[in-house]
Amino acid sequence: MPGISRRQVLGSATAAALALALTACGGSGSSPSGVDKDGVVTISVNGMPAKTQAVDRANFLEDVKVFEKSHPKIRIDAREGQMDPKTFAAKLAGGQLEDVYYVYFTDPAGLIQRRQAADISKYVGEVPFFEDIDPALMKVFKDAGGRTYGLPTGNYSLGLLYNRALFTKAGLDPAKPPVTWEEVRTAAKKISALGDGTVGYADYSKNNQGGWHLTSWIYSMGGDVATRQDGRWKAAFDSEAGHKALQALHDMRWTDKSMGTRQLLEIADVQKMMGSGKLGMYMAGPDNIPTIVKQFEREYAEYGLAALPGTATLGGGDGFMFNPKASPEKIKAGLQWVQWKYLRSPEREAVDSKRAKAAGVPIGLPQPRLLAGEAQAEIDKIHDQYANTPVENYQPFIERNAQVETKVEPPNAQQLYTILDGVMQSVLTKKDADIDALLAEAAKKADVVLASVK
Amino acid sequence: MSAQPLSAAAEKSTEEDPLPSPRPPAGTRAGAAAGNSRFRRAVRENLAAYLFLAAGVLCFALFSWYPIVRGVLLGFQQVTFAEPARWVGLDNFRRLFDDPLFLTAWQNTGYFTLLALVLGFAAPFATAVVLNELRHGRPYLRMTVYLPVMLPPIVTMLLWRQFYDPGPGLFNTVLETLRLPAQQWLESENLAMVSLVLVSTWANMGTTTLIYLAALGGIPGELYEAAELDGASIRQRLWHVTIPQMRFILMITLLLQVIGTMQVFVEPFVLTGGGPDDATVTVLLLLYRYAFVYNDFGLASAMSTLLFVVLGLFSVVYLRLTRSKG
Repeated sequence: MPGISRRQVLGSATAAALALALTACGGSGSSPSGVDKDGVVTISVNGMPAKTQAVDRANFLEDVKVFEKSHPKIRIDAREGQMDPKTFAAKLAGGQLEDVYYVYFTDPAGLIQRRQAADISKYVGEVPFFEDIDPALMKVFKDAGGRTYGLPTGNYSLGLLYNRALFTKAGLDPAKPPVTWEEVRTAAKKISALGDGTVGYADYSKNNQGGWHLTSWIYSMGGDVATRQDGRWKAAFDSEAGHKALQALHDMRWTDKSMGTRQLLEIADVQKMMGSGKLGMYMAGPDNIPTIVKQFEREYAEYGLAALPGTATLGGGDGFMFNPKASPEKIKAGLQWVQWKYLRSPEREAVDSKRAKAAGVPIGLPQPRLLAGEAQAEIDKIHDQYANTPVENYQPFIERNAQVETKVEPPNAQQLYTILDGVMQSVLTKKDADIDALLAEAAKKADVVLASVK
Repeated sequence: MSAQPLSAAAEKSTEEDPLPSPRPPAGTRAGAAAGNSRFRRAVRENLAAYLFLAAGVLCFALFSWYPIVRGVLLGFQQVTFAEPARWVGLDNFRRLFDDPLFLTAWQNTGYFTLLALVLGFAAPFATAVVLNELRHGRPYLRMTVYLPVMLPPIVTMLLWRQFYDPGPGLFNTVLETLRLPAQQWLESENLAMVSLVLVSTWANMGTTTLIYLAALGGIPGELYEAAELDGASIRQRLWHVTIPQMRFILMITLLLQVIGTMQVFVEPFVLTGGGPDDATVTVLLLLYRYAFVYNDFGLASAMSTLLFVVLGLFSVVYLRLTRSKG
């Protein structure tokens, strides 16, 4: 009987499905410059808050609308998420990386070295307030030749976050937090003496976060982690400062027993301890406060922030960089978005602060401070006007932080942090840890890592 | 059992051509023509089957074989994904050998595999034998043993982290009740790896136990009856009946166990981050750091190529050994 057999129908259907699947892999129809026939350029940007952060997301989307209205030739294709090292390379390889993407200060050096970010030097001159951006922050986004690859949009320096209620309970004055490591040690002892699983001071030692904090410890003791000698980078933490930092940690952990028994902690563990009211102090930037308050439903009044003891602290932050394959039109549009949204004019800052206060978004934290001079002074005034957090609790940080030098992360930071993680772990998990031997061994490893820094 | 025709085409061919002419010599025109027409007919008659087969092959090629080949190639390249990859020969491998953690990672992985074989290989077998001997509650216990497999790995890890907590953790509470000294389960260099193996064994033994139970169910009951009649004890029955009957399945699970445990990642990643003092840095954890922390895909691919070669060699040697013994 003539006609189509079931086998043929199935065969044809399979072939059609395959053909469809293969054609679906093809590229989109947009032009490479991203500009349509009406001269409107569409840029994809990430950094949109997740649906779970309803208020932040609504504010972000409202900003997109306002921006598009005031910039009719730019369309924003907003995407969730930030720069995730786990997906970054795959997105770049597959052409899915956003035109404007979020980075932490640890990323730009490597991204620039691997040419995974566009050189935007030609375009930054047109960015309003560009000259006012703190030069120390701009340095993070520049290469050795002075070319610019991104803009900072947030910054922090590590201080000492503490639980005011536990301070009071332990007989300490929450308005006068420790200013030396000796005082930290004494306070930690008193807080852990409260018992019931209360920990005086906690620190990280896992997933490179131990190395990150140990770097700050060493800075605070007047030392360095890596230095440049005759054009070559060398490990510098096998020093008196390195020894003092580890000895202090060792003493708090083993002699005073004020660091609790559980170690190999990372940021989420320590924030949880702080959020549950069982931790007295830990090293943190101001941005940790809203995270803890939101995540563990606490009150801002419960927490205080002091500057890090010692002479220096580690600073970091975040910003935006540009897809190396983005067209000049997209880069120019992206710069306008980043400046408008994050490096705000005082007028925009006033609008944002008013809205943020109404929505309960924290205003009045001592950082970020992105600009220098007059522009920042004006923004500070606006923040003071709309503050909805207990700014007096951050006074110890503001007063002393200016005297503490903020130092950036060392080159090949993540690799060094891996090595220093091991040192931190040994000191916090082995009572008889040989600090000098640990430092010497780690320095040997670090020299190998630093040898590849150009 | 008589041989069955392999396909409809084969069946049809015998029906239509009861006395097939001798095959024309290869290379001749007639031979080529006959071959071509046979091939065309075979393709035409099995078109749907070939299309289905092509879909499978294409999927495998695209999502399995291509990534493997690409991964090996990446091991010899410097990759940024922003620019075309650059060939660097054996540079990535040299850099691997220069990394002070490279040897540590292999040693740790070997140690984990060894411990996992001692614990993880024996435990499910023993559990399966015990479960098989039970008269009552077997289905319930079987489900209980399998339950951990159904938990998402991250839940398992977090659960065990609470058990291992050196303060109020379950294990230390039990030890203290028994007036034994509390232990630093994950914080001690000596105990950390053992602790990881315990978690891994607990989390994965359900599947292996079920495989063993199925294999035990397939052992003819007459063998045990004969052994019992001969007065064999439980231990003798286990040694002379159960183990020989399960030899093949034991070998297969051993091989899978080695391949699986050498790729250990979640346990050290979540519970120890490679610590204390690099005591639990494994090959896959180091590979993860190369790829996703340092963004060096060339180095990570070189490492994965090495792992692939080692596991491949192991598999070949092992299969040859078992074949010669078989």
